[in-house]
Amino acid sequence: MATQTLLKGETTARRTTVFMKVLMASTGALFVFYVLMHMYGNLKIFAGAKAFDEYAEHLREMLVPILPYSGFLWLFRVLLVVALLVHAYAAFTLWSRANSARPQRYAVKSAAKGAARSKMMRWGGITLLTWLIFHLVQFTIAKVNFNGAFSAEALKIDGHASTGMLVVASFKLWWVVLIYLIALVALGMHLFHGVWSGAQTLGWTNSARSRKLAHTVAHLVAAVVVIGFAVPPLAILAGLVTGK
Amino acid sequence: MTITNPAADTFGMYTVGDKIADTKAPDTPIDKMWTTRKFDAALVNPSNRRKLSVIIVGTGLAGAAAAASLGEAGYNVQVFFYQDSARRAHSIAAQGGINAAKNYNGDGDSVYRLFYDTVKGGDYRARETNVYRLAEVSANIIDQCVAQGVPFAREYGGLLDNRSFGGTQVARTFYAAGQTGQQLLIGAYQALERQVAKGTVKEFKRHEMLELIVVDGRARGIVARNMATGELETHLADAVVLASGGYGNVFFLSTNAMGCNVTATWRAHRKGAYFGNPCYTQIHPTCIPVAGDYQSKLTLMSESLRNDGRIWVPKRAEDCDKDPRQIPEEDRDYYLERIYPAFGNLVPRDIASRQAKNVCDEGRGVGPKVGDFRRGVYLDFAESIERLGRAAIEEKYGNLFDMYAQITGESPYEVPMRIYPAVHYTMGGLWVDYDLQTSITGLYAAGEANFSDHGANRLGASSLMQCLGDGYFVLPNTIRDYLAHGPFEKVSPDAPEVAAALAAAKGRIDRLMSVNGDRSVDSFHKELGHIMWEYCGMERTEEGLLKAIGLIRSLREEFWRNVRVLGSADTLNQSLERAGRVADFLELGELMCIDALHRRESCGGHFRGESQTEDGEALRHDDEFLYVAAWEFAGGEDGVFGTPVLHKEDLVYKSIELKQRSYK
Amino acid sequence: MNLTLNIWRQDGPNAQGRMVTYQLADVSEHMSFLEMLDVLNEQLVEKGEEPIAFDSDCREGICGMCGLMINGKAHGPEVTTTCQLHMRSFHDGDTITIEPWRATAFPVLRDLVVDRSAFDRIIQSGGFISVNTGAAPESHSVPVPKAKADRAFESAKCIGCGACVAACPNAAGMLFMGAKVTHLGELPQGQPERWARVVKMVSQHDHEGFGGCTNTGACADACPKEIPLDVINQLNKDLLAAMRVRG
Ligand SMILES: Cc1cc2nc3c(=O)[nH]c(=O)nc-3n(C[C@H](O)[C@H](O)[C@H](O)COP(=O)(O)OP(=O)(O)OC[C@H]3O[C@@H](n4cnc5c(N)ncnc54)[C@H](O)[C@@H]3O)c2cc1C
Ligand code: HEM
Ligand code: HEM
Ligand code: SF4
Ligand code: F3S
Ligand code: FES
Repeated sequence: MATQTLLKGETTARRTTVFMKVLMASTGALFVFYVLMHMYGNLKIFAGAKAFDEYAEHLREMLVPILPYSGFLWLFRVLLVVALLVHAYAAFTLWSRANSARPQRYAVKSAAKGAARSKMMRWGGITLLTWLIFHLVQFTIAKVNFNGAFSAEALKIDGHASTGMLVVASFKLWWVVLIYLIALVALGMHLFHGVWSGAQTLGWTNSARSRKLAHTVAHLVAAVVVIGFAVPPLAILAGLVTGK
Repeated sequence: MTITNPAADTFGMYTVGDKIADTKAPDTPIDKMWTTRKFDAALVNPSNRRKLSVIIVGTGLAGAAAAASLGEAGYNVQVFFYQDSARRAHSIAAQGGINAAKNYNGDGDSVYRLFYDTVKGGDYRARETNVYRLAEVSANIIDQCVAQGVPFAREYGGLLDNRSFGGTQVARTFYAAGQTGQQLLIGAYQALERQVAKGTVKEFKRHEMLELIVVDGRARGIVARNMATGELETHLADAVVLASGGYGNVFFLSTNAMGCNVTATWRAHRKGAYFGNPCYTQIHPTCIPVAGDYQSKLTLMSESLRNDGRIWVPKRAEDCDKDPRQIPEEDRDYYLERIYPAFGNLVPRDIASRQAKNVCDEGRGVGPKVGDFRRGVYLDFAESIERLGRAAIEEKYGNLFDMYAQITGESPYEVPMRIYPAVHYTMGGLWVDYDLQTSITGLYAAGEANFSDHGANRLGASSLMQCLGDGYFVLPNTIRDYLAHGPFEKVSPDAPEVAAALAAAKGRIDRLMSVNGDRSVDSFHKELGHIMWEYCGMERTEEGLLKAIGLIRSLREEFWRNVRVLGSADTLNQSLERAGRVADFLELGELMCIDALHRRESCGGHFRGESQTEDGEALRHDDEFLYVAAWEFAGGEDGVFGTPVLHKEDLVYKSIELKQRSYK
Repeated sequence: MNLTLNIWRQDGPNAQGRMVTYQLADVSEHMSFLEMLDVLNEQLVEKGEEPIAFDSDCREGICGMCGLMINGKAHGPEVTTTCQLHMRSFHDGDTITIEPWRATAFPVLRDLVVDRSAFDRIIQSGGFISVNTGAAPESHSVPVPKAKADRAFESAKCIGCGACVAACPNAAGMLFMGAKVTHLGELPQGQPERWARVVKMVSQHDHEGFGGCTNTGACADACPKEIPLDVINQLNKDLLAAMRVRG
């Protein structure tokens, strides 16, 4: 039987589990911001692949000449990667803490919503991460085209490889769309709880009103993100968007 | 007046010893006494305090407050309690509030008035010097609690709110909704934990005191059982404080917590501490009635309910199992309004209780039958709901109604509440002097565990005051005077007195474990409770008490022959814990009956059938009984109870005039 | 009613525990849950079996001593303490599974009894206002706005039962701690130690082996005193403020 003692010496806020939460909430907030921007960018596909590419190009030209070409984008990418590492690190730390905080499980599984939520966040997060790697490989790192109906030439606009056309080609395949839809469900659920949770962690839900507001915002963000992301792939699959 | 031969027949039950008196209260006017005593008490140099050790048994308001304060002062404190956390002591259950002579309402309250009300409420059986001091420190208690963060109810202006309580004419009761005891205890508990962190106080949780260690006439330590491991431990110190609460559980059913016991004080009594007024028990009229023989405890419903509820039973016994709403007005007996037209439903606690018992004894009780009788009367809000509207009643009593509904499954908004009296508080306890020292040098008693401040009846909201007064303000000053003569010669853990106390505790446990009889501990406890309730409860008579003593003796004999305690003494064993407590209750019960038998007057919570006026009011006999009965234990093995010796402490009232209580 | 009871039995802190099934007949719906167990225990003693150990003291929902996991719910199906739960919440023929609170920070001592000392140490680490006896100013020298006093009181209602930990999927003690931080933090008396208090308490909490909070809210749903989830928000907020104030 473990007998604990009273902690001696200085304690710091930065070594607490609550601080882990704060890390998760702040990185999470960054993700929300990014995701919303990204979603807005994706909607450009309705204006054609060219507009889509120009938007991406515009991102790369941001803050030039203060920063070199692509500089801002790279800075942002580094920030995102670091944030993701921190977010995942905090999540896994809390997860493993939770496991050792209750090694002996209950015989009757709790029907409380709490257990379901924490499972949803954790397994949902992992689903997201796995999918994200796939997503990055597909559209950013390797720019893979799974659709044989589109030749490398067909993906070019004005002689340059067009990411917009790659997007159109990819979502003409039903299974790619399906993968994305699954990921979006995971994302939606993650945000559904996450945005509210972040607000609670940052101390913004101190009254009945602010608590309600946080819930509403969370539901809204989740809905907007899921719908906003889901519309382009579905439209492409339905043939409403051709990229030209 | 039907009192028999005043040259008291002792029935061979007790002998009368020398008179005793308090010698510690300084001989000054009553309002200078405490200041004088504090000034005269010797001081201990701060650097020496660490070397002086105090054992405190109990972390209720009295114990936790004392332990925290002595820890703050720098003494080396060890504190023992049977729960798993100091915060759970029974004080947590107090609902109503705490009195203090702050006079925040400018309604004429003062230290003297609080003192006066308390002595009068105690039916002139309390020691006036102690009570005056209590009233004097009461205001400081509130300051201390507020500073600790106790969230008392406040008014919109941000200042503290008061209510009037227990029939007093001034509003001097401070409260925190219906959870005053909880909030006060958490305040004291936090102060205590702060000292634990500082290392001045060491906590021994799940430890039950089983013996007192007395060396050279001084209390020097205790034997305690670690209830989690079964280990018996001896702990030594320069002084011992018992703040172990009341013994109402001798009745089995009471509003006390399941673990409340007399063991700590009884073991001290067996070692020579006198027991003061053991028969003084307070029975509270508004509790939820017993629902079945499985019942383990009774729940208090605040007295305030009587302000708006009307109490009645059916006129005819045949109607008792009818739905009360079907019984027409003319078939109801609003017996309190009938017998006491002036006070009606607001008669004092003891009267209301006694009359409820009477109507039930007549077979007119309501609710489920338990045994042969229905034990309950209606407390009906139908009329108030009609008059004031449901919302108004809900606002006043909502949480009580919910609690009632939770326990009984019936809504008092729809069906009349059922209530019945229950044992609530014990005014008796270890005899102490002005310093709260018992008749054993170096042994102190505080809170409900001592007998000192409430005489024969306690006023509402004054126990919390006493416990905190004792713990925060009295003991730290008086015990200092004693400790200033220490540290006393170190007691070796192998000293014969220590070894003997340990052996006694071990012997008792071994004996309990080896009886291996047929009857469970609880069955003995229930039977004892039944005897006590029947004969030493609301109304006592010579005949009944004599019968009870006989019954208790044979029950105790059977207990030691036929109790069944399973399992082992070397682990957590709740049957064993209870068995030890019941063994002590079986001895205490006899002493209570003897005390009740010898006091052939009615006073406060003690109503002797033989001592009443023509219309059934209690009749006191100041000529014969104006004294504290301090009982000395006369020896005996476990289960054997020698003939106790009665020492009388005459009560002297210099600052207050004696009067008969009247409510007609 | 007749019941089938699956009850966790464990002989000691280091012993291997197991579920044991008992049949109990003729249970009255008016019994409290613990009285039902008392009756079972009396029958066990009669049969010569050791009774089941479980904690309780006040049996009126205020001391916080009782606490059982009943069919996967802390304190059972109603929002109340185990001692105030009554058998009318169950039906004839029900199977009821009874387990102790499960958390590393609350080791089992025997059967259904756990050790909650960790909560005491959290209070020791800073859950108090430092004022020595006799050093208190006159109580009316510091008025407290009613709204703050009320919120302090609502949070101070916590009975330290541990149901929040038992119900939390992470076995975190945040609701308990948040209640104390909010109680003391709302009051003017609690301000001087406010930032140090929250950091010390949370550090001790983590040191005890409780899990971290991930805002799942199961604790507030299980709390018999209905301590609201905003106390955890308050705790988070105070910790962030503590970082700003104390660095
Ligand atoms: C339901 C109810 C409501 C009440 N309401 C009010 C009210 O509104 N106002 C008021 O003034 N009074 C009220 N009272 C009375 C008051 O609450 C008590 O008298 C008072 O709290 C007793 O406090 P205490 O410190 O003496 O002992 P307790 O609080 O009873 O504490 C006893 C302590 O001793 C320990 N202990 C006991 N035996 C042993 C042992 N053998 N070994 C080791 N430790 C032991 C226990 O663990 C505990 O810590 C009420 C009482 C009840 C039952
Ligand atoms: C590595 C994979 C991930 C895992 C394991 C993971 C897990 C978690 C967990 C456990 C929480 C805490 C929930 C809580 O505190 O209640 C959380 C919060 C959050 N996550 Fe993730 N997540 C991951 C990836 C992501 C991604 C990719 C995004 C963004 C698109 C994201 C956005 C958020 C947000 C906004 C929050 C709310 C912040 C908070 O709760 O404090 N997460 N995540
Ligand atoms: C239908 C939905 C989506 C589509 C069509 C889409 C499309 C794209 C495309 C085309 C790129 C490459 C941009 C470029 O290199 O110029 C990209 C990059 C990226 N996407 Fe998505 N995406 C979708 C959903 C998401 C979601 C839900 C997330 C996060 C949770 C996400 C995270 C990213 C990231 C992190 C990058 C890398 C950005 C960079 O290059 O720095 N995407 N996406
Ligand atoms: S917060 Fe609620 S559940 Fe947790 S210990 Fe306090 S009362 Fe129990
Ligand atoms: S259930 Fe646990 S995760 Fe947090 S909100 Fe409550 S402590
Ligand atoms: S036994 Fe006290 S709260 Fe249940």
